[in-house]
Order: sequence, then structure tokens, then C-alpha cells
Amino acid sequence: MNYNWNWGIFWQTSPDGAHTYFQLLLLGTWWTLNTAFFAWIIALTLGSLVGVARTTPNKWLIRFGNAYVELFRNIPLLVQMFLWYFVLPEVVPESIGDWLKQLPNASFYTAVVALGLYTSARVAEQVRAGINSLARGQRAAGLAMGLTQPQTYRYVLLPMAYRIMLPPLTSEFINTIKNSSVALTIGLMELTARAREMQEYTFQVFEAFTAATVIYIIINIIVTEGMRRLERAVAIPGYVGGRAKRPSWRQRWKTRQKWRLRRV
Amino acid sequence: MFSTFDFGVIYRSLSYLFIDGMTFTVTLTAMAATLGLIWGTILALMRLSGFPPLVLFATGYVNLMRSVPLVLMIFWFYFLVPYIGQWITGSAAPIRVGAFMSSLITFSLFEAAFFSEIMRAGIQSIARGQMAAAQALGMNYRTTMSYIILPQAFRNMVPVLLTQTIILFQDTSLVYVLSITDFLGAASKVAQRDGRLVEMYLFAAAVYFIISLAASTAVRRLNRRIAIIR
Repeated sequence: MNYNWNWGIFWQTSPDGAHTYFQLLLLGTWWTLNTAFFAWIIALTLGSLVGVARTTPNKWLIRFGNAYVELFRNIPLLVQMFLWYFVLPEVVPESIGDWLKQLPNASFYTAVVALGLYTSARVAEQVRAGINSLARGQRAAGLAMGLTQPQTYRYVLLPMAYRIMLPPLTSEFINTIKNSSVALTIGLMELTARAREMQEYTFQVFEAFTAATVIYIIINIIVTEGMRRLERAVAIPGYVGGRAKRPSWRQRWKTRQKWRLRRV
Repeated sequence: MFSTFDFGVIYRSLSYLFIDGMTFTVTLTAMAATLGLIWGTILALMRLSGFPPLVLFATGYVNLMRSVPLVLMIFWFYFLVPYIGQWITGSAAPIRVGAFMSSLITFSLFEAAFFSEIMRAGIQSIARGQMAAAQALGMNYRTTMSYIILPQAFRNMVPVLLTQTIILFQDTSLVYVLSITDFLGAASKVAQRDGRLVEMYLFAAAVYFIISLAASTAVRRLNRRIAIIR
């Protein structure tokens, strides 16, 4: 392979004169996390509202929720970003459109909104599934106790549902971090964009992409581990994966050797 | 707002959008789904083999693919494939591969990770007795897998596999980052040439929406049908 490896490239100053390439990648990481974080807040808020709406007895709320989810789920994220970034400023009244176009960091705000709404449809789906997975008696019991419909959600259904939903929500959050890379198409300088920029300046393709890949993996590991701890902390006693403490790896290994079966 | 909306630009570019663009998108989706499913099934079998090096390889592969954004993977393979080609064929310079080949390899390898998780769940959903029964009949591993386990696993997982394919169909729009003329790429090229961003992007969104909605509705119907049979 006639490729010239140069791992020292990360410590060279980039053409902007102020940062090394390594610092630029870190800057990109910061924007990636920022975008994902704010998008996640939107996604969780709207997704919960829409998800709850889909489980209420109200026919119109259910229809609205279904339409919302179908709309945001069936258009590719990239196209949604383009709609918010290129189309929205043109179809709103001119004064608002001009204001949108002149907004500093427009690609960041656009990415947050687009990614947030896109993910909210997925979160809504999880919230609905989480609430529907609860025994029917829970809602009935809440109402029988004299709680109103919102109170039943607030004190009975949601505290259970959110805890059951944690694992799928974790993977949605990781998806949000990964999906924020789509925002490079509207000019957001997040991690993937920084790696691409580094490749264009230095032609050290594989070093740049390796660094970005490693950073994504590290983020992934941290989020997964953090969420696993949260899961354990709020686990519902008595449920599968509830309070029971996980045996140590040594114990698990011994059990496995003892019960070693031919796996399919 | 629609006073300046020019439907003509969509009408004039229909053949370019669908014959050039949509053909690329659909071919890429179909071929990547097929190759991804084959490679994904092999990965799932590796992971369930119980042979540590294969388990480790398959697990590592799936986890790697699932923790990196697709956009980054597209870039990776765009630059990596020529070098791999050079390495395999032993030629003097990196091999030039076309846009289609490059994206096909990317999506097949990327999607395989997701298909492998689905197939793994499918294989594990088959009762253990089936495996034992096949072995009792004197079938070896290969025959058992190809005649007993995999057909059932595949059948159980058809709705999930199809849903994943719809996601793949939407994801192929990301080849935009390599300036490839897929459906979105075609729409975007017309949009920029004629300065008609609003019309073209709204039209592209509508087309994606209709196709994906129709497909996912069909999958849901199929799901209900299969559920009754079982």
C-alpha cells in the first residue's frame, strides 16, 4: 500500500493558524455533543407529549399523534434538514425569512430543530410502546382511586413507563449523536465535518477518519455505561432486570462453565 | 406563498429525477439489502457459533458499525475501497471504483450489522428442540441451518427485515455527501441549477414520504397477516 502514514499530523497547526488539527477535532466533538444534547431535549419533550397523546382515549389526539409520527418518520433526515434550512426561510413571510437567513449559527439551530423533531417521532413511538406495555389494570386502578386522567399519567403510568423505556431511549440518544453528523450537509462543523476538513487540507484520509471513529466509539461507550448505571439506579424492583445485583464476571464465568450447553 | 411556486420545473425534470435518480436509489437499496442480508446472516451465524475468534470478530464488527455514523462510514469506504481493491488485485495504484460500486459496498457492509442483529434474534426465536430434532435425524450443522433453522428464522423476521429496508431506502439519500446523483442528488442538482430549491426539495420530501408510507403500511398489513397464520 503506497499510503504515507503520518500520525503526527494531529499536532500540526491547521490553516486557520490558531488551532492544531487535534483541537479542531475536539471542537467538532463539542458541536456534535451540543447539537445532540439540545435536539434530545426537544425530542424527549415533544416525543413524550405525542406519545402520551397516542395512548389517550381521545380519537382526535390519537389521529394527530399517528400523523405526526408518520410524517417525521417517513422523510429522510437529510431531506428534513434541507426543508428547514433551505425551504422554510422562503415560504414564511419575507421579514421572518430574512431574519432566519441572517441568524448567526443558523446551521446549528436548524440542525437542532430538524434533528429534534425527527427524533421526537421515534421517541413518541417508544413512549407509546412503553405505556401500552403496562398492565391495563394500572390505568384503571389510578382512575378508580379518583385520580384524574392527567394525574394518572403523572403519578402512575409515566413513572413506570419511563423506567421500562430506558434501554430503547438510550439507543435513541446514541442515534441522535450519530445522526447529528447529517448536519454537515447544511454546514455545521461537527466531528465528521472536521475530519473531512482535515482530510481535505492534509490528504491524511485515514488518520483523520480513524480519529473521528475513535471519538465516536468513546462517546458511545461513555453514554452506554452512564445509562446502564442510571438503569440500575431506577430499576423497578420485581421486574426482569430489576434490583437483583449482577454477579461478578468471575461468578458468571463459573456458572457458565458449570452449565455449559451446546449453543445453537 | 404558492404564488411564485413553479410546478413547471418539477414537470420538466421528471425524467431526470426518476430515470436517473430514482433508478440509482432503488437499485442501490435492493442490492445493498440483498448483500447486507447475506453478510448479516453469516455474521449472525458467526456470533452464535460459540467459537471464540468468530464470536469476537462478529461482535466487534457489529458494535463498530453501530457506533459510527453512516456519513462517516460513507467517507471511510469512499477512500478505503480503492486501496483495498489495489491490495486484492495487486495493482500498482489504487483502483478506481465508480460511485455506485463504492456506495454499494458501504451500504452492504453497514446494513449487514443491523441485519445480523435481526437475524440473530430470529435464529434465537426458534425453539431449541428444532435443532435437537434435526440433529437426532442425523442432519449435520449445515443441513440443519439451511433447511430447518434459517428458513423459519427468516420467515419470522420478514416484517422487521422489510422495515429495516425502508430505513435503508431513506438512508441512501446520504450518498448526497459524495455528490452522487441519486434521487435527492438529482433533485438538488436541478434545484441549484434553476434556483428552485423550494419546489424541488418539497417535491423530493413528498416522494420519499409517499413511498416510505406506502411501504410501511404494506409491511404492517403483512405483519397482521403473518400473525394470524402463526
